[in-house]
Parts: sequence; structure tokens; C-alpha cells
Amino acid sequence: MSTTQDKVAPTSIGDIPLTRPQLPSWAPALVAAISVAVAALPVVFLGWGLVAMVLLAVVLFVIALPAWSSSVEGSRKGKDRLAAALVWSGFGLAMVPLATLMWQVISNGVPVLSAEFFTYSMRNVVGEGGGIYHAIVGTVIVTAFAAIISVPIGVMAAVYLIEYGAGNRIARIVTFLVDVMTGIPSIVAGLFAYALFVLFFGPGVRMGIGGSVALSVLMIPIVVRSTEEMLKLVPGDLREAAYALGVPKWRTITKVVLPTAMSGIVTGVTLAVARVAGETAPLLIIAGDTDSVNFNAFSERMATLPVYIYYSYMQPGVPPEFGQERAWGAALTLIAIVMALNILARLISRSFAPKTGR
Amino acid sequence: MAKSIDVSDLDIYYGDFKAVEGVSMTIKAKSVTAFIGPSGCGKSTFLRALNRMHEVIPGARVEGRVVVEGQDLYGDQVDPVEVRRQIGMVFQRPNPFPTMSIYENVIAGNRLNAKKMKKSETDDLVESSLKGANLWAEVKDRLDRPGMGLSGGQQQRLCIARAISVQPQVLLMDEPCSALDPISTSAIEDLIHELKTEYTIVIVTHNMQQAARVSDETGFFNLKATGEPGHLVEFNSTQKMFANPDNSDTEGYISGRFG
Amino acid sequence: MTRRGDTVFKSLATSAAVLILVALAGVAIFLTLEGMPALKAEPDVLGGKGNIILYVWPLVYGTLLAAALAIIMAAPLSIGLALVISHYAPRKLAKPIGYLVDLLAAVPSVVYGLWGIEFLGPRLGRAYAWLAENLGFLPFFEGPASGSGRTILTASIVLAVMALPIITAICREIFSQTPTLHQEAALALGATRWEMIRLTVFPYSRSGMISAIMLGLGRALGETMAVAMVLSATGVVTINLISSVNPSTIAANIALGFPEASGIKVNVLIFSGLVLFVITFIVNFLGRLIAARGLVKEGR
Repeated sequence: MSTTQDKVAPTSIGDIPLTRPQLPSWAPALVAAISVAVAALPVVFLGWGLVAMVLLAVVLFVIALPAWSSSVEGSRKGKDRLAAALVWSGFGLAMVPLATLMWQVISNGVPVLSAEFFTYSMRNVVGEGGGIYHAIVGTVIVTAFAAIISVPIGVMAAVYLIEYGAGNRIARIVTFLVDVMTGIPSIVAGLFAYALFVLFFGPGVRMGIGGSVALSVLMIPIVVRSTEEMLKLVPGDLREAAYALGVPKWRTITKVVLPTAMSGIVTGVTLAVARVAGETAPLLIIAGDTDSVNFNAFSERMATLPVYIYYSYMQPGVPPEFGQERAWGAALTLIAIVMALNILARLISRSFAPKTGR
Repeated sequence: MAKSIDVSDLDIYYGDFKAVEGVSMTIKAKSVTAFIGPSGCGKSTFLRALNRMHEVIPGARVEGRVVVEGQDLYGDQVDPVEVRRQIGMVFQRPNPFPTMSIYENVIAGNRLNAKKMKKSETDDLVESSLKGANLWAEVKDRLDRPGMGLSGGQQQRLCIARAISVQPQVLLMDEPCSALDPISTSAIEDLIHELKTEYTIVIVTHNMQQAARVSDETGFFNLKATGEPGHLVEFNSTQKMFANPDNSDTEGYISGRFG
Repeated sequence: MTRRGDTVFKSLATSAAVLILVALAGVAIFLTLEGMPALKAEPDVLGGKGNIILYVWPLVYGTLLAAALAIIMAAPLSIGLALVISHYAPRKLAKPIGYLVDLLAAVPSVVYGLWGIEFLGPRLGRAYAWLAENLGFLPFFEGPASGSGRTILTASIVLAVMALPIITAICREIFSQTPTLHQEAALALGATRWEMIRLTVFPYSRSGMISAIMLGLGRALGETMAVAMVLSATGVVTINLISSVNPSTIAANIALGFPEASGIKVNVLIFSGLVLFVITFIVNFLGRLIAARGLVKEGR
């Protein structure tokens, strides 16, 4: 491959230059090695940190390789290499937060996990000990109610948009506003739920179901969008086949269309649950926080994992170590739950999807 | 200017799948060479290997040699970008750049080379390229309009103008008329006749009458069996190919017995 | 019998769709209802500010500043990342890379907050000290640098990380939808990969990219917890990005103040929430509008 240096380059035998002077295939590796070596110098002599060294190495590489390429291969090729170097280092940069975040959560979280951590609440706990049982219960209850509210509304709205609306005015407006609704800040959803519940229960209201209502505002648009996409994929001939058998429209939808799209809908709902399970702000507003287990979503404050993490870290009590440790343990638990839901969604879509071949 | 192409023992792979096997031929300069054959026989793949366009598909590679003017296209120092500059291509469906005007479409290739060109020079280039593609008369009053606004046949001629504006040595055409109506098709065929005085033209077509009308030489590609790689069955002058082919499979295909 | 079934089912579906409209209207109405009393709020609940407008303005400024900084960082990075997935990475690598980016989207915001305080802040604190020392003549980097690194710039970086997967996801989708025909046309003219991208992919994706950035901006504007945790806010208006005196954002201010608020203070916070709702609604509305326009145009 790289024996090109030994051969005499066959530049332009005829009058058409197909060949251009090219950098050898090991050129990027060489430049990378030199960049790292040069960047290591200030580490040795000036005591720079590792981060500064990596940054310097990347900058050197991004400058040096295109410059070398420009002088040998021409400016167009140089620009091409510059673009490639930039997008790849952008990718590397974007992975830094992910890697450091995962490392932090795992290294700080794993030591905290224990049987006690998952089975105890924070009731009457001062300092060491206690657990997140009450917060897990709260998260499950609040999220479950949110799903119970959102799924029927979201799926039925999508059915309307695809099966009945079919491009009429209301359907177009709803589609557009659902898109806009996906951008509602979560804290605004929390304030909405609070403003709504204040009308019935008076100022200072805090209850789990309020959190579910707030999460529904965030969840419904996701469910509508994913269900819509799935219903669009159901082939039209399937519906016509059912009509041709004399099946009424609503039975066609419930017996043919929805079951065909079911795996996609379940996937979308799972992803939506994963998305709202990690929401903090609306629950902070309306569900509040408590140290005890509360199974009743319709009265009193209810702790949830994200809110628990927030308070444990920001108001850890005295001494602060124990509260902050529990925050990391809860963060690991929450991430594990969200990731598990995401993986579950992928599995569902993979195992049930290819009924129609594609 | 036009150059001949010598192909020897060319195998083309997509990953582990061998798509074309053992093709050898000499494509003459300043003539039209047509490839015919049933669909999936590798004729388009082979055409795309002539300017390294098949490399766009990940995992594609070739074995063998394609030599233009004593230089192997797949040689060590050869730059595929330069190859494609010298060997232009026109595609099955017309594909003018949708965001560009007719004028900008024609000079798109020259803009890439970032040569400083005066306005008068680019004007001349646009005019000569569009005249070369028999399109000048139809569009000279609306050069600033989008290329997508033209009819299908005009769009295809715009693509030919775009391809010849960089003054390539060879022009490859991959079923250039398959998306066009008969009138546009005949306009393109006339154009091919005129272009061959200056360019080496290689055309893939599924239409045997078209091959007979436009080409000087014809290659017939076929599959030995389904799943086997495609190969070149016969390569001959078009006249001989359609009157008295050497190979009985060729005769069968041309007389419509299969394919 | 069957006709009644049809009528019932259709009206169920229709009311679900209408309910969504009602809910969206409800958000606006209830926030307005509960926010209005704030107009009569006295300075003692407004942190000493004379009226609600003076109270909200620094928050609006902080919100816009943090989100704008975040997008300036996130947008080019996301476009590069999307290009890696759609055009640069070998096909076998593209999918896992896509999963990694999706993983960024799956991390709950409160965990980003932890990461921002514990990991990012202290490390950036040292960089800020360097910036203040060497680039202190620029108004953004005027000292004194915050040692804990809990500044508006740190908050923006966290926001950028959170907006990144959103912008990337949309961009990579449209990048990979660029017609192969156009890309091949560019390559056949002798374009390098980068020239091909500039010639075909970017023009094709322009409106999609803009709308993706707008949606990322919407996310950054409304993000609450990460900012509430990372930012050490004092509610000033300044363009100094690295000091320990920082403007707050609307969302973070609500999250920090609401749990302990009572009486008219609650209405004040809800009013600021209404302002945030209006801002994000406009941004998202424009983003979707641009996307829809683009679709109509490309559809032809």
C-alpha cells in the first residue's frame, strides 16, 4: 500500500493528469503521532494538564494535516481533509460529556447501592443510612398515571389525525400544534398543573396526580407523533380489504389497523415513558418531596427519584457526604431505569416489527 | 482530446458479492460504445467502475486494470476525484442541482476547481456547453431560472451540458433516456451522434433499438445463472452484433427470446 | 348498531384531538389566570424591584443569553456530528455512533446538573482563572473568575450538551435523505466529499437545519434543572460570562423559588413562567413553520 515512495510516480504519461501527488496512507497517523508528541512537551516542561494536552494535540492535528495536504495535494484536497478532521474531532468532543458523565455516575453511584438503599425510605433518617424506596414508588405511580392519561388520548388523537382527519383543517392545526407542544418547557407544564389544581384544592397544593397531569402534557405529543408515524405505515390495501369484507370503519381500526401498528405504538409509548420518567422540574413544582412512602397519588406530597436526587444533592443536610452519596446512588438508579426502558423499546420494535417485510 | 479505454480482466465486488467477472475490452476513442443485456447483469456496475463512481457504495472494490492513456485508473497515486473530472457521467434520471439556476448548474463543475474566471469567460463557457448539449436555443432567455423548472428531456440535456462543461475525455451515460418520452429520447440520440466527434462515449441502455441506432460498437452482458456474477458475452461492432452475432446467447437476446 | 359504533368511535377520536387543542389553550389560560395577580405585586416579593417587568427582565436576559451561547456551541457541533453519522463514518460504525448520541438524549436533566456541578464546574473554574488572567480585557472574560466554575458559561455548556442530541437527530435524518442522484451528480463532476456535501447536502437541508437549530434553542430556553443546579445566580444583567455574579434564567428561578413560595410570590413565578411559555412557543412555532415551508418546497 505505502510503497508509493519507492516507485517513480507515473505523473501524467499522456496529456491527461489522472494522478495527483497524494499523501501516503499513513500520513494522518504520522501527523497524529507528531501532534501528540508536540502537545506532550508543555505537559513535561510547563506542567500542563491532560485536558490541555489533548486539546492542543487535536488543534495541532486539525491545522497540520490539512496544511500538509494543501501543499502536496492542492487546496481542494486540503479543505476536504480539514472538513473530515473537524467533523471527527467534533464527534470526539461530543463524546467527552457522555463518557465523563457515565464514569462519574457509575463510580460514585455503585458503592452506594445496597439492599437497604432500595428497600428503605428516608423516614426519620438523619445522616447515614436510608434509601430511595419511597422515591421509586413515587416515580412508578406518577409515571404510571401519566401513561394512563396520555396513552388513550395520544393514540385516539393520532387515530383521528390519520383515519378521520386526513388533511382537513382541524387535523392540520392539531398536527402543527402537537409539534409545537413537544417544545413546551417541562417547568411550564408543572406550572400549568399547579394552576389547574389550585382551582380545586386551593393554594399550596401538592399531590402525585398533579405530577402525572404535568407529565401528560409532555408525554401526549410524543405518543401522538409516534403513533401517527406507525399508522401511516399501515398499508391502505389492508383497510380496503377489511372494508370489502363489510367490516365497519371503527372495527377495521380496532381490529386491523391498531393491531398491525401495535409494536410501533408500544415502542413509542415506552420511549415516551423513558423521557418523562427522568423529568424533574414539573414534579418539583406540583408533586413536591417527602421522606416517607406515599402510595396515594391523590393526597399529600409524593417523592420521586429525580426530585429526590435534586434535594439530596442540593440540600444534603449535615454532614453533607451522606446525602450527596445517596444522590449519586439514586442518579445511577434513575439512569439505569431510563436506559432499560430505551433498550426495551428497541427490543420491542425489533422483535415485532418486520411483519410486513419492511 | 478523446481517449480510448483498455479494460483487462476486471472483476467488481460489493463486499463479498462478486457482481461482474472477467471483463476485457477496448473502448475506442471518438466512438460510441453501447452495453446491452438483461437487468441485473452488471452493465451499469461496469460502467460506474470506469470512472470509479461505484466506490460511492461502501464495500465496493475491483480487481483488474482499467487503463486510459497508459495510466491505470486504479493505480496507487490515482485520485478518484481527478478520474471523475476527466471521465464525466450522465445518469439514468436527470439530476440538476435543485437549488441552482440553469447557469449555475452548467458551471458547477468549474466552480469546484475555484479557478478565477471572468464573467465573460463563464458566459462563454455556459453558452458553448449549452450549445454542445443542443439546449442553448431553448433556455438562453431564462438562464437564471431554476434547472428543475425544465422538462425531463431538457433537464437531461442540462446534465449533459454540465458534464461537458469541464471538458472531460470520456462521457459515460447510464440509461440516459430511460426516464424520457420518445421525442426527448430522439433529441438525446441526435446529441450523442454530434458529441462523438469530440468525446469517447459509453452508453448503457436497455433498449436494443437505441443501441443499434447510436452505437459503433456493442457489448452484450449476461448472467450465467441467477446469483452468479455478470460477464461480458460478446463485444463486436454494432453492425455485426445485430446482423450476425458470434454467440448464440447474443442472438437469442437480440431476437427477443429472453431478457 | 354498527353505525352507532362508528359514530361513538369517531367522536371519541375527535374529542381526543380537540382535547389536545384545549390542553394547549389551557396551558396559556391557566398561566395567565394565575399570573395576572403578579401585576399588582409589591417590591417586597419582587426582590426589591419596582414592578413585575423589572423583575422578569433580568431573567429573560439570562434565559436568552444562556440559550444563545448554548446554541452557538451546539449547532456547529451537531451538524458535524450528523455528518459523521450520515456521510463520514463507515456504515458499520454509523449505527453505534447514532446510539451513543441518542444516549446523550436519554440522560435525565437532573443528572446533567450533578455532572455540571461535580465534574464540569471545578475543571472549568481553572480555565476561567486563566481566561480572566490572559483575556481579561475582553468584557466576557473580565474577572474575577468564579473558582467553583458555576457560571453562566458553564450552564450554557451543559445546555449545549443537552441540545446536541436533538439537533443532531433531526440533521442526520435530513442529511441522509439528500437524493443520491444529486450526490452522485456532484461526485461525477469531480467533487471531493466535502465539496459534494456543500454542493448538494447543505442546500437540500437548509430549512431542516434551521428548524433543527430552532428546536434545540427551544429546548435550551426551557431547560430547568441543569441550570438551577449548575448556575450560581444573583440576578444581575452582565455580559461577563465567567464571574461568580451571574444572571439567572426564568426556568431555574422558578425551580429554586417555587417550593418555598407562598401567596403572591407564587403568582409572580407563574407570570415569569407565562413569559417563558410565550418565548418558547414563538421559537418552536417559527422552527416548525420553517420546517413545514421547507417540506412544501422540496416536495415539488
